[in-house]
Amino acid sequence: MVLRYQEGSVVLIRTTVDGVPHEEDVAPRLLLVHYLRGSLGRTGTVIGCDTSNCGACTVLLDGLSVKSCTVLAIQADGSDITTVQGLADGGLHPVQKAFRENHALQCGYCTAGMIMSAVDLLLENPDPSQQQVRDGLEGNLCRCTGYHNIVKAVRAAAADLRATAAVPPQAAPPGHPEEPGRDRPEDSIMRDIESSGPDATLSSDQPRPGERYRS
Amino acid sequence: MSTQTGPAPTRIVGQPLRRKEDLRIITGQARWTDNLAVPGLLHMAIARSPMAHARITRADVSATLEQPGVVAAFTGADLAGEYGSLPTAWHVSDDLIVPDHLPVATREVRYLGDAVAVVVAENAYQAADALDAVGTDYEHLPPVIDMETALDDAAALVHADKGTNRAFTWGFTAGDYEAAKGRADTVVSRRFLQQRVMPAAMEPRAVMAEPVPATQEFTLWSSTQVPHFVRILMSTMCGIPEHKLRVIAPDVGGAFGGKLNVYAEEAIALAVARRLGRPVKWTASRGEDFQATTHGRDMIQDIEIAATRDGRVLGLKVALTSDMGAYLQLLTPAVPLLGRYVYPGIYKFEGHDFFCQGVFTTKTPTDSYRGAGRPEATFAIERIMDELAAELGMDPLELRQRNWIRHSEFPYTTISGLTYDSGHYEAATERATELFDYDGLRREQAERRQRQDRAQLGIGVSTYTEMASLAPSRWFGEHGYSAGGWETATVRLLPTGRVEAIVGTSPHGQGHVTTFSQIVADAMGVPFDDVDILHGDTEVAAWGLDTYGSRSLVLGGTAVAEAAQKVVTAARRVAGHLLEASPDDLEFADGRFSVRGDPDAAADIRDVAVAAFTAHDLPRGADPVLTAEATFDPDAFSYPHGTHLCAAERDTRTGFVKIRSYVAVDDVGRAVNPMIVEGQIHGGVAQGLAQALYEQAVYDGGGNLVTGSLVDYLVPPAADVPPYVTDRTETPATTNPLGAKGAGEAGTIASTPAVVNAVVDALRPYGVTDVPMPCTPERVWRAIHGGDQ
Repeated sequence: MVLRYQEGSVVLIRTTVDGVPHEEDVAPRLLLVHYLRGSLGRTGTVIGCDTSNCGACTVLLDGLSVKSCTVLAIQADGSDITTVQGLADGGLHPVQKAFRENHALQCGYCTAGMIMSAVDLLLENPDPSQQQVRDGLEGNLCRCTGYHNIVKAVRAAAADLRATAAVPPQAAPPGHPEEPGRDRPEDSIMRDIESSGPDATLSSDQPRPGERYRS
Repeated sequence: MSTQTGPAPTRIVGQPLRRKEDLRIITGQARWTDNLAVPGLLHMAIARSPMAHARITRADVSATLEQPGVVAAFTGADLAGEYGSLPTAWHVSDDLIVPDHLPVATREVRYLGDAVAVVVAENAYQAADALDAVGTDYEHLPPVIDMETALDDAAALVHADKGTNRAFTWGFTAGDYEAAKGRADTVVSRRFLQQRVMPAAMEPRAVMAEPVPATQEFTLWSSTQVPHFVRILMSTMCGIPEHKLRVIAPDVGGAFGGKLNVYAEEAIALAVARRLGRPVKWTASRGEDFQATTHGRDMIQDIEIAATRDGRVLGLKVALTSDMGAYLQLLTPAVPLLGRYVYPGIYKFEGHDFFCQGVFTTKTPTDSYRGAGRPEATFAIERIMDELAAELGMDPLELRQRNWIRHSEFPYTTISGLTYDSGHYEAATERATELFDYDGLRREQAERRQRQDRAQLGIGVSTYTEMASLAPSRWFGEHGYSAGGWETATVRLLPTGRVEAIVGTSPHGQGHVTTFSQIVADAMGVPFDDVDILHGDTEVAAWGLDTYGSRSLVLGGTAVAEAAQKVVTAARRVAGHLLEASPDDLEFADGRFSVRGDPDAAADIRDVAVAAFTAHDLPRGADPVLTAEATFDPDAFSYPHGTHLCAAERDTRTGFVKIRSYVAVDDVGRAVNPMIVEGQIHGGVAQGLAQALYEQAVYDGGGNLVTGSLVDYLVPPAADVPPYVTDRTETPATTNPLGAKGAGEAGTIASTPAVVNAVVDALRPYGVTDVPMPCTPERVWRAIHGGDQ
């Protein structure tokens, strides 16, 4: 159902988008992604679906990743929003750099959202295993890359970020020595079965390690 | 005369250079069609049929015009004079039925999503709102869903005036199948179902049309992989002289065949822009895109293979029924035709029977989807080879080795009449089995079976080949295709020594700018960063036949290389004049012309560029413009091949399947940029695997697309696909000077049978001989427990 548009019904919102303050009257039903793209011309954030499945529209809202197609612009009132266009001031964020270095994009339509989700993932887990990256990016779809190089890129960015953080190397969380692309114990269904008890199923409904829920 | 600075260029073809395309994309500066705007832009929304099949008894937009912001609204009848029928370019048989297909239906709707009215408003929200006010009444007609019962005499008709739902039939016979079968000890028959899938490029389709009312000139931006096709066919369809229509494919967010078409919305946007004298834009929602972008596959494959008891294949019989959907789009009937030739795969048969029929149903039209016909064919042959191996009690790799074309036998003409120019199946298979630890996994499988483990292991094999670089114009002509298959490029050496190459291919993720820059840089001895590639705009790249069928590198890349060579030849003449030597006495290496035997007498190609441009002192008759065009039309296809191996673990209690390891060794000939090739394989494998395990476009009995959103249509996320181990063997193609074969479709073609073979192999001890795709946990569970599929 499409919400009936009320002419003249607007709400004043104040946002900071990629470091620039904005003040604008918006329709209450205006989606954040349409506010960014239409009202502000920040077209780096794109729309790939209408059901919050693809994640192409992911931005950081006060530091947390959200799908901007599922947030109303008025909900972002008073918030600080970062899009892929404001992620790095002039240069490239380590995640952006790693995407390029590792050929983690082809057509690039999912890339803005994928990068923003990865940035959030690495804030939460600075040293994710391959499986944790896969689980952590579950809300973002890519049709081109088969994800292999995206996973590689995110882990490379993680290493880069850890190396540049003010943490001495020996204090960093333990790394995951597996070589990307090789099968490892964590790929084995046996591991899942053994760790899930005698009557457990392998239902994909069960939250996976690292899975996060956010409204 | 300046001298060259910096290190001498080295050969960069073959190097995994990072992509030039990426910087704009990773910083959010790409130009997707929906990002574009022009002054005065209006927004268009399309009212679509909510049912599969109905007569339109009323279409009324008068109330729509009263809605806020609405500028105009049109019914099908209002626009019927603006354009002709959407075209089908491939007439696969004499009996082909081509129904009328107007962009907006006027009398009857034939699939859920068929356009019935168009609303134009000041903004997209208003246009979407006003759709509610479109008044449409329908009289139900029976939906036609099942493609087999659609062929019954009593079946309801999709196109009543055609008298049948059968779109075409054709057959093909080579050798003597029945005689081969007569000599066989074993005959295995299977029915495989190629479920309907959706390309699901991440960027939904979008179109923007801008008119110049005074001159009736138009610019059309479209998220398409075929801007040149769109220009020619929209010109004809909408009555816009070709030279008055410019088509631009800006950055295109994936396509996979779903944008290899000439679509209703392109014609509607042009018609509305012409009618209103104002620019309009339409962007599909995901739900709309799923209804109004062509679907793929959807075939029933009856296949029979005859062999001796020691595992020598003799005959192959194939009968296909292929769902066209409601209308024929650009290449709809050609998809099974493109598959026809590769049903024999890499094996040597003595007899082959082939029959195919196309069927109309009240569903979204099908058309190309990554591989177009060849994935279906490869699935059928590679699945039945595994079934035959099981029947004979033979290892499936061993069976393949006994029957494949040996390296020493190339070139080899297969039973279906294709001459494979090169290949090395032994080498690819040896490398794949080594990376996979084939023997080790077979041992583990035996142990698990012995122990009756809850987790059972299945191993799937796919030794595929395909016909790629869809081109030979002569072949196209012989097979009823309306266009040629050549590709063209123009290379120009600019006054400052930079180089621009204009290409007729139209990338949407394949990295043509990077790959073609590598080719030009090597050919002309200029730095990679000094080269740019222009594409996707018919005003810039006037000629071209676009990107599909793994053709861009083989055809476009060759044209680029040859055009660059021609520029070097023209520059050589100028250089000879500058160096006071005969051009024939010059050597050219790393961007420098030098006099043979006198290396100090040399001129950099950039100096030649300046000399030519100023034209102060040129040899008589020499052209100051250093530009050249080249076109390439090969005599034959190329044949990528490879060996993919998949290990799947299956939980016997729940039916859950997990890919444990996946090894892909592909031979795509010479790789210009191995990083890009590997990426193409990764993505292709994931897409084929998704068909095997997750995706299906489902229609209910009433013709409703139940998988109408990404909630229900399961494009897998990262957690649902495995890492891949990839490697390449390199057996150059002999049918083009680059030795390349094309890599865009190989992964998709190879992986679907590898994965399903692994799933079925895990279930063999239960007597299971097939699991229909997608092999969901429920279907696997039912296969084990003997339930209905």
